[in-house]
Amino acid sequence: MSSRPVRSTSGGSGFSALPGARGIRLIERHARFYRRMWLVVASGAVEPLFYLLSVGVGIGGLIGTVTGPGGHPVPYRAFVAPGLLAVSALNGALNDSTFNVYGRLKFEKLYESVLATPLGAQDVALSEIGWAVLRGLLYSVPFLIVMAAMGLIASPWALLALPAAALVSFATAAAGVALTTYMKSWQDFEYVMLVSVPLFLFSGTFYPLSVYPNVVGVIVEWTPLYQGVVILRDLVLGAPSWDLLWRAAYLAAIGVAGLAVAGRRIAKLLLV
Amino acid sequence: MAATSVRVAAPGARPKLPGPLELSIRAFRCWLVMYRRTWRASIWSSILGPLFYLGAMGYGLGSLVDKHGTASLGGVPYVVFVAPAVLAAHSMNSGLSNAMFPVFGGIHWNKIYIAARATMLRPVDIYRGHLLFATMRIAMNAACFVVFLGAFGLIKSWWGVFLLPASVLLGVAFAAPIAAWAVTLRTQTPMNYVIRFGSLPLMLFSGTFFPLSQLPAWIRPLAYATPLWHGVALCRALCLGNVTLGAAAIHVGYLVALTAVGLWAGSRTYYRRLYV
Amino acid sequence: MPGILALVPEVLVRAQGLTKRFGSFTAVDGIDFELQAGEAFGFLGPNGAGKSSTMRMLGCVSPPTAGNLTILGGDPVRDGAAIRARLGVVPQEDTLDNELTVRENLLVYGRYFGLGRKLIAERTDQLLDFVQLTERADDMVDPLSGGMKRRLTIARSLINDPEILILDEPTTGLDPQARHVVWDRLFRLKQRGVTLILTTHYMDEAEQLCDRLVVMDHGKIAAEGTPRELIARYSTPEVLELRFAPDEQDAAAEKINDLSPERAEVTADRILIYEADGDKFLERVRAAGLTPLTELVRRSSLEDVFLRLTGRTLID
Repeated sequence: MSSRPVRSTSGGSGFSALPGARGIRLIERHARFYRRMWLVVASGAVEPLFYLLSVGVGIGGLIGTVTGPGGHPVPYRAFVAPGLLAVSALNGALNDSTFNVYGRLKFEKLYESVLATPLGAQDVALSEIGWAVLRGLLYSVPFLIVMAAMGLIASPWALLALPAAALVSFATAAAGVALTTYMKSWQDFEYVMLVSVPLFLFSGTFYPLSVYPNVVGVIVEWTPLYQGVVILRDLVLGAPSWDLLWRAAYLAAIGVAGLAVAGRRIAKLLLV
Repeated sequence: MAATSVRVAAPGARPKLPGPLELSIRAFRCWLVMYRRTWRASIWSSILGPLFYLGAMGYGLGSLVDKHGTASLGGVPYVVFVAPAVLAAHSMNSGLSNAMFPVFGGIHWNKIYIAARATMLRPVDIYRGHLLFATMRIAMNAACFVVFLGAFGLIKSWWGVFLLPASVLLGVAFAAPIAAWAVTLRTQTPMNYVIRFGSLPLMLFSGTFFPLSQLPAWIRPLAYATPLWHGVALCRALCLGNVTLGAAAIHVGYLVALTAVGLWAGSRTYYRRLYV
Repeated sequence: MPGILALVPEVLVRAQGLTKRFGSFTAVDGIDFELQAGEAFGFLGPNGAGKSSTMRMLGCVSPPTAGNLTILGGDPVRDGAAIRARLGVVPQEDTLDNELTVRENLLVYGRYFGLGRKLIAERTDQLLDFVQLTERADDMVDPLSGGMKRRLTIARSLINDPEILILDEPTTGLDPQARHVVWDRLFRLKQRGVTLILTTHYMDEAEQLCDRLVVMDHGKIAAEGTPRELIARYSTPEVLELRFAPDEQDAAAEKINDLSPERAEVTADRILIYEADGDKFLERVRAAGLTPLTELVRRSSLEDVFLRLTGRTLID
């Protein structure tokens, strides 16, 4: 075995040379692991469907119609469904970017073994976020199908709903992984619940912001889930506008910032 | 070295064991000591969670519902309709969260059950002691929420003094049988299914956020059979003041029976699981 | 002239003034060493000597604070990923994936290196046979014994056919039988031409496996050479170990000093006398009227070298 001198750009095919691209191998590993418990993973898609039936249809019968994004009244369930789609994209990404990352970091020492291979900290960050986005899609796609089956999709713009949902998952996953690298114990995860439950309830998912007094409404407008809800609602109900690009950019910015922070934090924690 | 005298038990004398209540209390005390260390972590989700739901559903959604008309709710504002149901759902969740993961963890994670069974505590004492602790937590959570309900003017009748015992009974009616079941588990996955396919649909469809009249007729008997519906109906009647003794007796009787079945099952499953 | 060049050993790793600091604590204090192709190079030292920190720098998962480090012709900070692609690492604590099977662990790890599935499958069969885990190939990792997990970690570290294998305390925590199996496997790897670099605080392991070794203490290299060279340089061929009753030890030590041994060390429970011929000195000890509780004449080991160099034993 003779050794060849190492060149900085060598180390595999052109694909692996892309920053973060090696992370796909770690995603492969997660897929292999979760294949055993696919039912647990897949059954999570059911939760937003329950909410759609209960709140959308059940309470919808008590509400009738609401003013939709286009200005005309829509049945309540058509109003709620895109909001719940955003929530399903968020929930799908949440577990795998918070609890599971913490477990892998502190107990399973998974990242330590991975970092001894050509993968680097940025690859690990990208793969964790990427996997969480995949899981978010795993929840969003069935929900979108049910929405179509229930006749809640009103416009061909809804084709963009899937990439929009992926964007919501991306922002959630990136923020989740980045913040999880700062946690010190399982008690810190109370904060995750403390943030995700109010987000779920108050981000315009169930009722328009006009219900709030002005001050509260302004605060909610800045939350990422609200932006995702608006994007999806406008797309599905056929009221797109250039505004949506700004909102999407906001989510993308959160995602990119979270990704950078996550990579740096993982390096700080493990490559010391 | 001075000789020490050794006391030999007189033949025929047997050590006296404390009574079952005392033993249960000893098991309970262990959980209490642990709680002193971890109470801060739980206090926010125990109190804030149901408040958030009340705010979003009760007031937020309520403004939409009230605009449309509340005849199907019995003429009361939506928030008054929903508040007692949120109390009931919160008690159910308190009961479940204290009866599932801590029980499983007592065997697999922090192994408290394993440590306790090596002492004079019998499995049934371990079970009852843990249930005592669960009851305490359920009562604390329910009491906080009842105070909020009173403060927001959502209790419309003097029957409301029975809200606390009613919600505690509901919580225990869930905790007793679920703990009896959780102690038998080998992996934690079934508990996730209970939450996802059990308590979540219960919470959403037991007449909590909308009256059962909204459900298709064929599904309604299914709802009447579930424990949460009885709890919701009971709490709502107490809150609004339209209590009929016959209906109340049925609700209370159902929950008491469920608790009794749980207690009976628990003494058996705990014994089989711990004395292997 | 290629013939002569082939005799010159190829240097795979060169460290000059290598330093690693954690805040105000210096774990590795300016060490120099070279690793030649095909040898088994050891770092011997007690816990806290800086061995693991050095291994992490070699494994390109920890940037050096100061000094030069060249691995396979590359810089660990700039070319880290490319270097890691040609290394194999057996860490001190098992970092196996407990939720996958034995075979899946190898598959997943091989994929991190971008190897093709077919190649991984072939190598997996060979490697599992090499570490004698073929019957457990489809078992989950969690219930395996400590020795089996270590063997699996070794198999895993070889999946990418590395040029250098880095082992951090490979047999710590294993029972004697497992240790011998691991030594045997590592010896075979050496025969195949894999370059090994390992850390240990077991002197028998260092003597058995290493062609050359350095003795490390408090972040510095105290000595370097082959095991035999070190023993010859820092110790005598034989050691006489005597134990006396606790209250008699001091008096005995004085009397022994009067006999002018080549070197004597008094530890907490024994007196170690370093002499070329231990039995002869023992006769003189008895002739001087001393009656030790136990007496043992043995050959010198690296533990004695370490004691001489640092004044402490290898195992605290």
